[in-house]
Amino acid sequence: MIEVKGLVKHYGSKRAVDGVSFTVNRGDILGFLGPNGAGKSTTMKMITGFLRPDAGTALVDGHDVTRDPVAVKSRLGYLPESAPAYGEMTVEEFLGFIAETRGFRTSETRSSHVERALGLTQLAPVRTQTIETLSKGYKQRVGFAQALLHNPPVLILDEPTDGLDPNQKNEVRTLIKNLATEKAVVLSTHILEEVEAICTRVIIISQGKVVVDETPSQFRARQPGARLDAIFRSLTTSSE
Amino acid sequence: MSQITPVFKREFFGYFRSPVAYVFLVVFLMASVGLAFFIGGFFKANLATLESFFVFHPWLFLFLIPAAGMRLWSEEKRTGTIELLFTLPITTLEAVLAKFFAAWAFLTVAILLSFPMVITVGYLGNPDWGVIASSYLGSILMAGSYLGVCSLTSALTRNQVISFVLSVLACLVLLFLGWSVFNGVLSAVLPVWAVDLLANFSFATHFNAFTKGIIDPKDVVFFLSLTGFTLFLNVVALER
Repeated sequence: MIEVKGLVKHYGSKRAVDGVSFTVNRGDILGFLGPNGAGKSTTMKMITGFLRPDAGTALVDGHDVTRDPVAVKSRLGYLPESAPAYGEMTVEEFLGFIAETRGFRTSETRSSHVERALGLTQLAPVRTQTIETLSKGYKQRVGFAQALLHNPPVLILDEPTDGLDPNQKNEVRTLIKNLATEKAVVLSTHILEEVEAICTRVIIISQGKVVVDETPSQFRARQPGARLDAIFRSLTTSSE
Repeated sequence: MSQITPVFKREFFGYFRSPVAYVFLVVFLMASVGLAFFIGGFFKANLATLESFFVFHPWLFLFLIPAAGMRLWSEEKRTGTIELLFTLPITTLEAVLAKFFAAWAFLTVAILLSFPMVITVGYLGNPDWGVIASSYLGSILMAGSYLGVCSLTSALTRNQVISFVLSVLACLVLLFLGWSVFNGVLSAVLPVWAVDLLANFSFATHFNAFTKGIIDPKDVVFFLSLTGFTLFLNVVALER
């Protein structure tokens, strides 16, 4: 579903992403880990077509993001970091706008997709509230609803559980797990337990390079008995 | 190009979701009519024309259109919604056009809301309706060119204050080039043909004919091509 081939991105003289390659299949939930500034978000932004890679490319459902970004964008749902949204719109208006740009032009298909997204993310109680008045947890869910709305085969989620309380985190994880059976999901996170809880694969990226690409159980087996964050630390600090 | 409609609608109605639209409309109408009455001597002139109303438009637009246009792109950049917009299946050109047309439509509403002035001269005298219509056309076309400049400067920064200052400066240059006082100064150092050439790039030079009832294709082409050129640069600036 997602094929990432040698992505490179420079910011000035800094090589933020340095030849990242991996593939994600249908049914996979890929946990994307790494210290802050390792290039996680930049890699994700290149897969979504928001940033243009300096070299390499990504294929989403067979479409090359550098050649046909619009085809890629219509096949993926993306939750950007901190879930930006047009704050002056109500939840309903905002999702209606997303539905319309996603090609649901008749009012019936539009409202059925909006209702589905509202239901999946349990946003119904705040549907008529403007987004700027919502709490962080609800804002995050609005971002989630927007990404899920068109039922895309590929989901890219940049820190989907960031800023949520433990109950909400649990809900979001269950939701991702349920959705992932017929989708390819890439999610970035700082929470190592999250990877164990829901991911079928883990990639650790450090200084723009992939240093680990394996299953969570293989990852744990690297240092049996050690805490996950200890393994993470030894992998991401050794190169400095 | 079908993707222009949903973004246009969101943007256009977005103005009315916040107090910005109402503040802008009130200030615009009070300032434009106020200038005509108190500085332009609209009543004292005792003439059934709107010349004293339209003559201030280039100067009024110099501040008011950057105020309306400064947020076009810088707001999206600041709040991060640009990431959302450009991961929807939409091209940069479509997004630029949609946002531009929405803002232009809003400005057109503002300009046309001065219709009580038209009713006044129609009631009190026997005006030349052709001149009034061509003045409105010129004013709307000129607003488009101002807005093109503002949209471009807004795409260059995430800071609205910088965006405002840059667009006022750029518009000021484009306005001054045709101002007789400024041309007088220029002609002291430059040959006449050079001054004429520069004056040809001014908003004021091309707007004046409209207020006299002359719709010269040259002037229409000037405004449309300046608008088109700034929007082209706008696309380039965003894709950079």
